Amino acid sequence: MNIAQSLFESEHICLGPINFEKDPEIEARWSEDADYLRMVSLEPARPSSPAQIKKMYEDIEKGQEENKNLFYFTIRMRADDRLIGFARLDWIDWSNGCGYVALGIGDPNDRNQGYGTETLHLLLRFAFDELNLYRLAAIIPEYNAAALRLFEKAGFVEEVRRRQAVNRFGRRWDLLHLGVLRNEWETHRSPDKPAVGLQYERPAGF
Amino acid sequence: MGNLFRGELIRLAAMDAEKMSKAWEHWNRDALFRRLLDNEPPTLWSARKIQQWIEKELERGDQRFSFSIYPLEGERLIGFVELNVTNWQHGNAWVGIGIGNREDWGKGYGTDAMRLVLRYAFDELGLYRVTLGVFSYNQRAIRSYQKAGFVVEGRERGALSRDGERSDMLVMGILRPEWEAQQGAMYKAAGGRDEDRN
Repeated sequence: MNIAQSLFESEHICLGPINFEKDPEIEARWSEDADYLRMVSLEPARPSSPAQIKKMYEDIEKGQEENKNLFYFTIRMRADDRLIGFARLDWIDWSNGCGYVALGIGDPNDRNQGYGTETLHLLLRFAFDELNLYRLAAIIPEYNAAALRLFEKAGFVEEVRRRQAVNRFGRRWDLLHLGVLRNEWETHRSPDKPAVGLQYERPAGF
Repeated sequence: MGNLFRGELIRLAAMDAEKMSKAWEHWNRDALFRRLLDNEPPTLWSARKIQQWIEKELERGDQRFSFSIYPLEGERLIGFVELNVTNWQHGNAWVGIGIGNREDWGKGYGTDAMRLVLRYAFDELGLYRVTLGVFSYNQRAIRSYQKAGFVVEGRERGALSRDGERSDMLVMGILRPEWEAQQGAMYKAAGGRDEDRN
């Protein structure tokens, strides 16, 4: 055991809390990009105002408190704490040790830089080392090639193919469940590089 | 064309919260019923609590289609079946079914109810596919679903841990074109004309 292992910090990014002052406007801007929404959600794509994002954040925190089967994180740059995405461990079934994982990086300029991989490694570590889960799954539509690559590189394998389950872009697509078991991850786990605290400037006063 | 709510052995009816809650409170006390139905550890809720929960669920009637299962004649409640439309735009629903008493298992009631519900999903709700999850140790249910036309689409490995052993959760699905092909054969046998079907 390494009790000091870094659960929230990676080389470039960190998992963080919701920031009600700064984040709603940024996330509202992402929601103007239908391509982004269609990658991260099966719900009809629709733009959200900062007020609607704030309400979504409130519902998330309420859900975390009441149901105790969700861990929601923002993904932030370690250098300046800038919000770049979201990460979620959801539908946690405690007695069976199962959960689902989802993540998204809102601005295309922040993609293809390895931040998704770093985030996923942190989430896997949190799920297996801290939540003591046995397995994690991700549900990804066939058209999301980038997500399929990201999860497969991290050790997930295709477990379920819900045929023709998604109706989008003028045709039907399969919906895939990719899963990874704890013992499989342990052979894949990224080397522990404990980061020494947060890099961004600590707010004044404490 | 046949009655949407009457099968060969059973009929579908409205879910009456009070009547269903009493039955469910009793069925829940058979641990096997719960372990076949649900991945979560069973909570032995009071009938009152179950009734409140059912009433709340019935409010979501735009998305949830909940039926009671009765034999063709008589008022003995034998089970429930429910369609949950997760996305109308994708035309998908999840189905869940349960027959409460062990004496009613293995009699074809579940398969009959599932056939009616599939007709409802495709012909009345206009959906494109129906999905279900079933545990690998629930062989009777898997056979019943296959008889009704569902195909195994994969399994979430080790998704259940019971008695210290791991089992899988199978995901099964049926697509509208598959269902229609099955109906075509049966419909023709019943003397129907192709032009009447749509």
